[in-house]
Amino acid sequence: MLVMQATILVFVLVAGTAVVLTRDPRSQVIGLSFYGLLLALMFFLYQAPDVALSQVTVGTVALPLMFMLALARIRRDREKAEREEHKKENPKQARPEENAA
Amino acid sequence: MNRGVRMVLFAASGVMLFGILLWGLRGLPPLGHYHGPYGDVLNSVAVYERHATDVVSAVNFDYRGFDTLGEEFILFISVIGCTLLLRRQKGEGQGEGGSKDEDESSDRRAPSPSDATKVITIGLVGPLIVFGLYIVSHGQLTPGGGFQGGVILATAPLLVYLGGDFKTFQKIISHTLVELAEAGGALAYVAIGFAGYVIGQAFLKNVVPLGETGNITSSGTIILISLATGLEVAGGFVLLLHAFLEQTLETLGGQK
Amino acid sequence: MSFLPYFVAAWLFLAGLYGIITSRNFVHLIICLAVLQSSTYVLLLSIGYKWGGVPPVFAGAAVGTPAVDPVVQALMLTDIVVEATVVALLLSLAVQLHKHTRTLNPDDLEALEG
Repeated sequence: MLVMQATILVFVLVAGTAVVLTRDPRSQVIGLSFYGLLLALMFFLYQAPDVALSQVTVGTVALPLMFMLALARIRRDREKAEREEHKKENPKQARPEENAA
Repeated sequence: MNRGVRMVLFAASGVMLFGILLWGLRGLPPLGHYHGPYGDVLNSVAVYERHATDVVSAVNFDYRGFDTLGEEFILFISVIGCTLLLRRQKGEGQGEGGSKDEDESSDRRAPSPSDATKVITIGLVGPLIVFGLYIVSHGQLTPGGGFQGGVILATAPLLVYLGGDFKTFQKIISHTLVELAEAGGALAYVAIGFAGYVIGQAFLKNVVPLGETGNITSSGTIILISLATGLEVAGGFVLLLHAFLEQTLETLGGQK
Repeated sequence: MSFLPYFVAAWLFLAGLYGIITSRNFVHLIICLAVLQSSTYVLLLSIGYKWGGVPPVFAGAAVGTPAVDPVVQALMLTDIVVEATVVALLLSLAVQLHKHTRTLNPDDLEALEG
C-alpha cells in the first residue's frame, strides 16, 4: 500500500510536469485527461472515494470535452480568417497596377 | 517586459518561492500523522447526529452547508457567464450556416456512426441516467452525492450525440427544462436553508426528520440538498455543453 | 515518504506557475492553471490522511474505526466540480478573445489593443 501511494505521487508529479511542458494545446488536453485519471487513482489510494468519483467524472469527461470544443471553435475562426485574408489578397494584387496606371 | 527579463525574474522568485513553500510545508505533521480535531470528531458523531453514513456528504451538505451554498453559486454564476459569453451574437448566427462556410466545413463533419455504435450508445442512455440518479440519491449512504451524480447525468445527452441522433440531441440540450433545472436546483438549496428560519432555527438547520440510519430517506435535509445540487450541476453542465457545442457545430447553429 | 506529498504539492504549484508565465497560448495557460490548482488537492489529501484509516464512510465499517479526515475531502470534492465550470468560463473568454483579436498569445495583446 505504501509503495503504491508513493508511486502514484511520483506519477502525478511527472504527469503534471509533462502536461505543463507540452506546448501544443491539443495534445495537452489529452495529457490533462490522463493526468485527471492519475489524480483520481491518487484520491482512491488515499481513501477518498467521494473525491475520486468526482475527479473521474469531471477530469476525464467534462473538462477535456470542453477544451476540445473550445479548440475546435478557435480553429474554425482561424481558418475563416485565413480564407478571408486569402480573398482580400487577390484584389490587392490587382490594385498596385491600377495605381501605377 | 520582454520574455528574457520575465524568465530571469521568474527563475529568481520561483526558486525562492519553492524554498519558502517547502520550508513552510515541513512544519506540517508528516503524512499519516493526522492531528486535526475536526475530522475525528465528525467521524465519531456524524452518524449519530445526522443519520448519514457518508460523512463527506454530511460535511458537505450540513456541517459545511453554508460554504457549499457559496460554491454552488460560483458554479451558477460561471455557467451563466459562460452561456452569456458564448451566446449567438448579431452577425454570426444565420450567416454562418450559409453556403460559403458549408462547403468548406463539410469535410470536417464526422461520418455517420455505425449501427453498432448507435445501438450501444442509445442503449446505454437509460442505464447511465439510472446510475446518475443512484449516485445522487445515495449520497448520504455511500460515496457520491449531488456533485458527482449531476455530472454523470449531464453526460447522458452526449451519448445521444455519439449515437448520431442530432435532432433529438439538440431538442434535449436546448430545452427550457435544462435552464429551469439549473435555476431550480439553486433555488431549492436556498429554500431548504430558509426552512430553518420558518421554524425559528438557524439558516440551513437540519429541520427534516432524520429517519433510520441506512435508509434512502434518512439524514433529513442532507439528501434533499444533495438532490437539489444534483439538479443544478446536471443542468449547469448541460448548459455548458450546449454553449460550447453551439459555437462549434454548424448543424446546431444553423437550425436555430 | 512522509514529506513526499508536500514536495509534490509545491512542485506542481511551481510547475503550473512556470507554465502560466511562459505561456504563448491562452488555452495552454488555462490548462496550466488547472495543474496549478491540482497541487492544492495533493496538499489537502495528504494533510487529512491517516495511516491505516478507512474512508470516512461508515456504511460497511463500524463507527469508531479510524478514518481519514472528511473535511478536506469535502473541500476537494466541491472544488473539483466548481473548477470545471470556472475553467469553462475562462475558455469562453479565450474563445471570445480569439474572435475579436484573432490571437491567443498574451504577448500580442498589448500591441493590438491600441
